[in-house]
Amino acid sequence: MTMFLSNLISGISLGSVYAIIALGYTMVYGIAKMLNFAHGDIIMVGAYICFTCLYSLGLSPAVGVLASVMVCTLLGILIERLAYKPLRQATSLAVLITAIGMSYFLQNLAQMIWGANPKSFQTVIPAGNLSIMGGELKISYVSMVTIAASVVVMVALSLFVGRTKMGRAMRCVSEDKGAAQLMGVNVNLTISVTFAIGSALAAIAGVLMCSAYPTLKPTTGAMPGIKAFTAAVFGGIGSIPGAMLGGILLGVIEILGRAYVSSELGDAFVFAVLILVLLIKPTGLLGKKIHEKV
Amino acid sequence: MKKTTVSKLLQKYLPYVIVIVGFAVCQSMVSAGTMPRTTKSLLIPVCVYIVMAVSLNLTVGISGELSLGHAGFMSIGAFTGIVIAAYVREVFGCSESLQLLISIAAGGVMAGLFGFLIGIPVLRLQGDYLAIVTLAFGEIIRNILNCIYISVDGSALRFSFNQPNLPGKLLFRGPTGATGVTRIATFTAGFILVLFTLFVVLNLVHSRSGRAIMAVRDNKIAAEACGLDVTKYRMMAFVTSAALAGMGGALFGQNYSTLTPANFSFNASILILVYVVLGGIGNITGSIIAATILYVLPEELRAFADYRMLVYAVVLIGVMLLTNNRTIKNFLNSLREKIRGNEEKKGGALHE
Repeated sequence: MTMFLSNLISGISLGSVYAIIALGYTMVYGIAKMLNFAHGDIIMVGAYICFTCLYSLGLSPAVGVLASVMVCTLLGILIERLAYKPLRQATSLAVLITAIGMSYFLQNLAQMIWGANPKSFQTVIPAGNLSIMGGELKISYVSMVTIAASVVVMVALSLFVGRTKMGRAMRCVSEDKGAAQLMGVNVNLTISVTFAIGSALAAIAGVLMCSAYPTLKPTTGAMPGIKAFTAAVFGGIGSIPGAMLGGILLGVIEILGRAYVSSELGDAFVFAVLILVLLIKPTGLLGKKIHEKV
Repeated sequence: MKKTTVSKLLQKYLPYVIVIVGFAVCQSMVSAGTMPRTTKSLLIPVCVYIVMAVSLNLTVGISGELSLGHAGFMSIGAFTGIVIAAYVREVFGCSESLQLLISIAAGGVMAGLFGFLIGIPVLRLQGDYLAIVTLAFGEIIRNILNCIYISVDGSALRFSFNQPNLPGKLLFRGPTGATGVTRIATFTAGFILVLFTLFVVLNLVHSRSGRAIMAVRDNKIAAEACGLDVTKYRMMAFVTSAALAGMGGALFGQNYSTLTPANFSFNASILILVYVVLGGIGNITGSIIAATILYVLPEELRAFADYRMLVYAVVLIGVMLLTNNRTIKNFLNSLREKIRGNEEKKGGALHE
């Protein structure tokens, strides 16, 4: 029982990271109608920036996290402006290939800057465990901070999207870009802000993820990125609560699958979930049905 | 009138001409002994990558679906081929070329079968979702291959899941893959496989079914309204592409003494996609040329290898931005019209 609870908590902790990444995916997909394949690699860049600040420059963890958030925000805006904006009218195939190219570009750039050898990322969160139930169940501080941080992020994002003027603009653009423009919404600015927020969240996710799984290499972000996309699809792409729910469920499924079925097939489980969801309920758990127009 | 027929014929058979001339040049260099060893070792992989690029082009260019799991089919073909060749050798002891032929056919059938099974769920989706699910299947294939062990015991093939202790001679051992493979792949076999691939793909493209596939790509709803069985035609392209990839994989597998499932990661799929995009989506001749140049160049220029993937990434983005730039598109269109206009003036009433 304690074993199960402990697995469940590490699942929720991993799922929280997926959820934060998935939020970036789902927002960008909702507004720009594109699959930002490079989103996962922004996680990796965020983690490397934090790593550099802590080890090479000797700065404090707080400054490191702040720096990685800022760099990733700028990077997100830059990528959108340079690579995606010229392709707004292009076919989805062209946009997807560009995004894959961008993902490759970031990975190889990181490899040139920081080298291909894995770096061991020492956690920004104090190591240690909280023992409850008479010492039988141990919860690491990393898991607790990860879960707490994701709750804060989700609440803040929900308030931002639901209550502010920019949040309303985002909802408008995701519903109908043309109509939003006619109503005086600055569409380009809104898309830039979306990319900025998504990338900032990716930076936070990168630091949290590398605190829990402390190896950092140029391909670190690729797999979590794809899994987070799976989470976003699972929850219903375009839906913010859906991304949160999907992320946490996916993390739990992955950890429980690894623990109780087969440790080698953990990734296969995640992808099997994606395929099943797309076949049974293509709009995801909380997604809206979209009708195809002729 | 003659001129147009000749140019038309040339256009139609251009891919074959390029491949045959390329083969003749390489083969004469090999027999004259003027080809360096390093270049010689590239001949078979180049053939395989041409097959991979042309077959992926069938899915991406002709059928209009972005498949990110092409290396998965290649790996199925490769490992099926290795196992079948070893089995045939152990049990029947037939000649090497027959082993190669049987293993390539088996690789193609197996990959085609998986292509069909995977195609059933995948082809119900479209666009980004389809791309991501093909990626997912590519990863699942690799994950499962990591758990499979195959051995030949007497005249029986034995399979197990996560159990390395099989009786008999182990042919395939999970994450370590296949080791001590007999290298029976030949350049001639590669050349024949390329010709076969071109024959299949070009004939499919120029057939009634090929036109239906392209109609589905251009407008699925209109094609459906015209009475085309959309799923059937999408499946036809997908399975053909998978089977050809499996055949390429089977040849590829028997060119190396060691091969692991990790050789067929997502990166391998992207590499093939780069060949297709750079050669021109939907352009078969382009795929052949791009695969050859892009495979040979980095291998020959080792110093450049560190930057290879970075350059590929930049080129991938650059090509997409340029081909989708409205000013450049308009310029190219007007240029094309000008050339066509001049031709018409020169040739007078050449229309047939």
